[in-house]
Amino acid sequence: MSYKITEEGNISTVFLNGEIDMDVTEKAKEVILPIVESGKEVHLNLKDVSYMDSSGISVLIESHQKALENNTKVVVKEVSKSVLKVIMMAKLEQILNLE
Amino acid sequence: MDLSESKDFLVHTASLKEVRVFSREVFDKLKLNNDLKEELVLAIAEAAQNIVKHAYKGVENTTDHMQIKISLKENNLEIGFFDKGKPVVAENIQHRKLDDIKPGGLGTFFIKQIMDDAVFKKDEQQWVNHLVLSKKI
Repeated sequence: MSYKITEEGNISTVFLNGEIDMDVTEKAKEVILPIVESGKEVHLNLKDVSYMDSSGISVLIESHQKALENNTKVVVKEVSKSVLKVIMMAKLEQILNLE
Repeated sequence: MDLSESKDFLVHTASLKEVRVFSREVFDKLKLNNDLKEELVLAIAEAAQNIVKHAYKGVENTTDHMQIKISLKENNLEIGFFDKGKPVVAENIQHRKLDDIKPGGLGTFFIKQIMDDAVFKKDEQQWVNHLVLSKKI
């Protein structure tokens, strides 16, 4: 997994790339959670994420819940078809902010 | 086309990518459509992850290997997982309720969604755990 972060006003966009499994979830959390905890709105762009397992889904849930605790939000954007399928299998499409 | 292939993997999170590569290679030989292939790869990866996360919980830097065997016979796909970790008590395995939104507990749910059956067998003396996932394809 690799990533890129862009900033615009109070919005940080994290572009994740590659496959997100248990081996990289700590790295993903280290990238995403401090931004959420700073109170910024985070946009997670998943267009280049080709695979995500339950560990990756846990990162999305944890980020979403941490954002609620910090009165901000995480928006999940441009979800690839394969990742959307996993999100829907977990019945999280109504819980996560998908755009 | 009938087929049977197996491969050993070091019990480590870094092996999960290799598990997916192996699974995709086998399913490509079987000419499965991409959606089915990726669903099966997810189920296999989740089961392998459970070995690393649960059967070897608290065990760091093990040199143990797990074995994954993918077999297709007369449209019955069977995927075997063999490991020498802590014995699994099948009755204790349960996924979290889907409306209890929290990180974790989804891997077993995904496996049950994708596969027709998941059974722990006690037939392999050289291994501790033997999980068999099956699906008619």
